[in-house]
Amino acid sequence: MRVELRETAGTTSLRRRAFLSPEGMRHALVYAILLIGVFVVLFPPYVVLLNAFKGSEEYANSGVFDWPHSFLDWQNFSRVLELSHMGRAFGNTGIIMVASLAGNVALGTMTAYALGRFQFKLKPYIMGAYVAATLIPSVTTQVATFSVIQHLHLFNTHFAPILLYLGTDVMQIYLYLQFIRTIPYDLDESAMMEGASLFYIYRAIIFPLLAPATATVVILKSISIYNDMYIPYLYMPAEKLGVVSTTLMKFAGVNSAEWNLICAALLIVLIPTVILYLLLQQYIFSGIVSGSVK
Amino acid sequence: MFSLSYNVQRMLIISSFLFLPLLLLAAFSFYPALYLVWLSFTSWDGYSPDKPWVGMANYKEIFENREIFGVLSHNLAYFIGGIVQNILALFFALLLSRRLRGRNAFRIVLFLPYILNSVAIAYMFTYVFDAQNGSLNVLLTALGLEGLITSWLGNKHVVNISLAFISMWKFMGFNMVIYIGALQSIPEDLYEASKIDGASRFQALRYITLPSIRRILELSMLLTVSGALEVFDLPFVMTKGGPAGASETFVTKTVQTAFNFNNYGLASAMGVVLLAIVVAVITIQRKVILRGEKE
Repeated sequence: MRVELRETAGTTSLRRRAFLSPEGMRHALVYAILLIGVFVVLFPPYVVLLNAFKGSEEYANSGVFDWPHSFLDWQNFSRVLELSHMGRAFGNTGIIMVASLAGNVALGTMTAYALGRFQFKLKPYIMGAYVAATLIPSVTTQVATFSVIQHLHLFNTHFAPILLYLGTDVMQIYLYLQFIRTIPYDLDESAMMEGASLFYIYRAIIFPLLAPATATVVILKSISIYNDMYIPYLYMPAEKLGVVSTTLMKFAGVNSAEWNLICAALLIVLIPTVILYLLLQQYIFSGIVSGSVK
Repeated sequence: MFSLSYNVQRMLIISSFLFLPLLLLAAFSFYPALYLVWLSFTSWDGYSPDKPWVGMANYKEIFENREIFGVLSHNLAYFIGGIVQNILALFFALLLSRRLRGRNAFRIVLFLPYILNSVAIAYMFTYVFDAQNGSLNVLLTALGLEGLITSWLGNKHVVNISLAFISMWKFMGFNMVIYIGALQSIPEDLYEASKIDGASRFQALRYITLPSIRRILELSMLLTVSGALEVFDLPFVMTKGGPAGASETFVTKTVQTAFNFNNYGLASAMGVVLLAIVVAVITIQRKVILRGEKE
């Protein structure tokens, strides 16, 4: 792919202007810099890809940059799945993700409706509390959070990370509050004229119209939950509760000498996100941009 | 169907819709913060029912024991890395917001690391940086740069730079996408007008682009500072703080103090100190931003 891009760059500048003109040189320089960036980004995963397909003997006798005999040899992958309980890990991550995303969307839209549509005495204090909460980085308070979870008897259960993912990051509240302002209040009013209940207005008008913000919340939270290691590591050390991150950690720790197996395990963890990323990239980019501009 | 008046409904909605979110906020943001402060004045071991009060002893320990506070100097590498990362991100964002063939493909590739699992990234780079089989040293040999070969994770002078580089590798694309978004919101006619007035490209950057995205720049810097203070997973997974503690960060040290040495009191005090630093940084930053907006 890299070679191909370099050629297109060359031909366009040839066609449009003299190749060695200052403009053409600048064009070539821009591509050269971009390609260095691409190289730095793709170098580590490229090496992982090459070595994930090598058998133990082949791995021992080949250099890191040598191509494997075959990309169709899936033995490492089936061995990893056998040894690591990675299937169960995807299940655990899935349960935690679905539950906390559903909770985040439900509670986030409800909070935004209550705070974004009504005026009441306590409202400024509640808004203030949310601002203050963003100042407290949850990494720092983990020691105390740990004892909250223990008092609730949720240590080593799926509920611990689900509750923490619901409770510690309030990014979705801001996103929804910002978005609900763009939904005209006339809609609420005309529904009320027809006698709709407020709950019906939330469910049938506000909730569906918040869908773009919901997409952003789902995308950003999915990325952070799938990639998080800290919370599952601290709160669910039990073997059968391993999520993708912690299971990978355990597997790589036990098999630390067998890099070909570790590379296969890395690909198993990385490939699903990469595929989803390529399919959803437009939404991810717009989600990141709207999520960051609070 | 509903015969309740809107006033009653309003009360019901506000109280029922906010009950759970506020309970969560109290239980997982405010209560832990307050409890943390209280624990920091005790010498609790994590399991016994009594939590002996020790006053300021934990704080004295933090500021007098160089081993604890000195760890913050390891976080400095991540802070500098974060600044470089922001500069690179802005640079790539500028390159990719002009008309360019394959622009979207470049953006997709450069952003890719951000969505990858952080534990997987840690092991991927363990493989890159490995002293014997690591691909980086093999690459350096192939390029005739043997002089640069080192044990990237085993050399105590290099290890934090290696780790900070990974964090740069992961987050550069994220910042870049945010900057691209900000650049696209600058109205095109500003640049047209400046061209007519005979401004150079550099002048346009200095007087149009940078002021327009200043808020986003400041927000990213804020995230860089707090991110650098809170680094945890890379050293935790890759080096366990080694060699000989050279890559411990404030948070790995806190976690170790609490969960390995069962010294919850001291760990809480460390949490409070970090919290105070982060809040101070954010407050100063907000003051600066607000002042900037009044001008």
